[in-house]
Amino acid sequence: MSRHNFFYFAREGAYNMFNHGFMSFAAIGVTVACLLIMGTFTLVAVNANAMLEDMEQKNQVLAFVDENLTEEEARALADDLEAVDNVRGVTFISREEAMENFQSKYPDEELYQDLEPEIFRHRYAIDLVDIGKMSETKAKLEQVPGIGEGNVNAYEDEAAGFITIRNVAGVVCIALISILLLVSVFIIANTIKLTTFDRRDEIAIMKMVGATNGFIRWPFVYEGFLLGLFSAVIGFFLQWGLYEMVTRSVDANDTIRLIRIVPFGDMWVYVAGIFLGVGMLIGVGGSLSAIRKFLQV
Amino acid sequence: MIRLTDVVKEYPNGTHALNGLTLEIQDGEFVFMVGPSGSGKSTVIKLLIGEVEPTEGKVVVNGFSLRNIRERQIPYLRRTVGVIFQDFRLIEHKTVYDNMVFAMRAVGAGPKEIKKRIPYVLDLVGLENKSRRLPSELSGGEQQRVAIARALLNNPSTIIADEPTGNLDPARSLEIMRLLERINALGTTVLVVTHEKDLVNRFDKRVVMLERGRVVSDGKGYYGRRAQ
Repeated sequence: MSRHNFFYFAREGAYNMFNHGFMSFAAIGVTVACLLIMGTFTLVAVNANAMLEDMEQKNQVLAFVDENLTEEEARALADDLEAVDNVRGVTFISREEAMENFQSKYPDEELYQDLEPEIFRHRYAIDLVDIGKMSETKAKLEQVPGIGEGNVNAYEDEAAGFITIRNVAGVVCIALISILLLVSVFIIANTIKLTTFDRRDEIAIMKMVGATNGFIRWPFVYEGFLLGLFSAVIGFFLQWGLYEMVTRSVDANDTIRLIRIVPFGDMWVYVAGIFLGVGMLIGVGGSLSAIRKFLQV
Repeated sequence: MIRLTDVVKEYPNGTHALNGLTLEIQDGEFVFMVGPSGSGKSTVIKLLIGEVEPTEGKVVVNGFSLRNIRERQIPYLRRTVGVIFQDFRLIEHKTVYDNMVFAMRAVGAGPKEIKKRIPYVLDLVGLENKSRRLPSELSGGEQQRVAIARALLNNPSTIIADEPTGNLDPARSLEIMRLLERINALGTTVLVVTHEKDLVNRFDKRVVMLERGRVVSDGKGYYGRRAQ
């Protein structure tokens, strides 16, 4: 493409967009709405996923140390336990600490206040990388000398529940986003088709004088690109405002403030990138789809 | 050169528009094509500009064979053929000059070429002082001259005019025909499709008459004379 053609296409695209102001406004409005629906749903999914991850991390395995080992020997097992596959980290809990933890759970039970530390065992709280591998990790931990079979408490049913929730949420999220994307392209294609219909005479003249399909298509591609760009920028700021508003509402509410909301600042680059990519995809894809029919002359 | 040999055109709805039409137009000729409605005149134009393909037979226009022509070659064929229509087909919101620019840009012409060519063709059709007017500010005859100027922009070797005087009064019609005659004198092949007997008979040119998709008369000078 020559330099003067590039500027010509860009100028024509911009001119067409402003010249057909109402249709452009409608196309931008529809795209922004689609981006907001898609963006909001995605952000809800991101937050749900973050909460699941938090819950996963709290899902620890407890490995009880052989009661014949001294505290020093028990502490020495840390390296062996950390060397096991899928172990993120281990925390040693001595008999005394275990007893204090137990007692703190039942502060009003007098019976539990005079316990001896010896009735508890040294133990390790073990965080896993992937709770999906909990069973095999449990088996490996039991093989560590000083732990032994039957001495690892793993909540396998709960772990399986988390995995199911995460998988279902992932599939639902992908399916809904795909459907919304297709609906957006369809709506934009139809909106741009109306502007194209308005200019069918111009296209017919271009065809008549010998313009190639590529030449006719380019200004529409630029127009779609610009519509997508404007929609993405507007959509991004609206999404940001909406997200901050929801975050403030959650923080202000005593009942639901315990929900941890991922700060928008942690995600804005991804949100901006996705909005720009999807906006332009919808704009350019919609333009190409709309113009196709009018090129068959 | 235009050559149609034993051309048959059948539309998908079963209409036989052309039934073995054979016609040859040499470079630099001026030809009137006449005939009643449904005789196949419009189909001939559509064939010549690559809008439809022949069902049978051969069509060659300025070196392009239109039987099984590739779609991407059609724009290049159209650059060798300037087409003028009865309804002018100008862009109403663009000035005369901008209509010209639009047509030249559509074939990828650069700014220098545009600046040089547009004044030349506007001068040729006598509209050099109306370049900033909108089509709606011009008379029918002037609008048709703009359409002729646009058809000439890409320096085509052939001009095809489809009922170019259909919307004009007799005086303006004669003006347009004289202009096309002048363009022909500069070396451009001109094919005028019309049904205006009086106008055709004022010019001593070749007249091809079609009827039911065939040439029934082809001779010089008079509308209606039988083929020689």
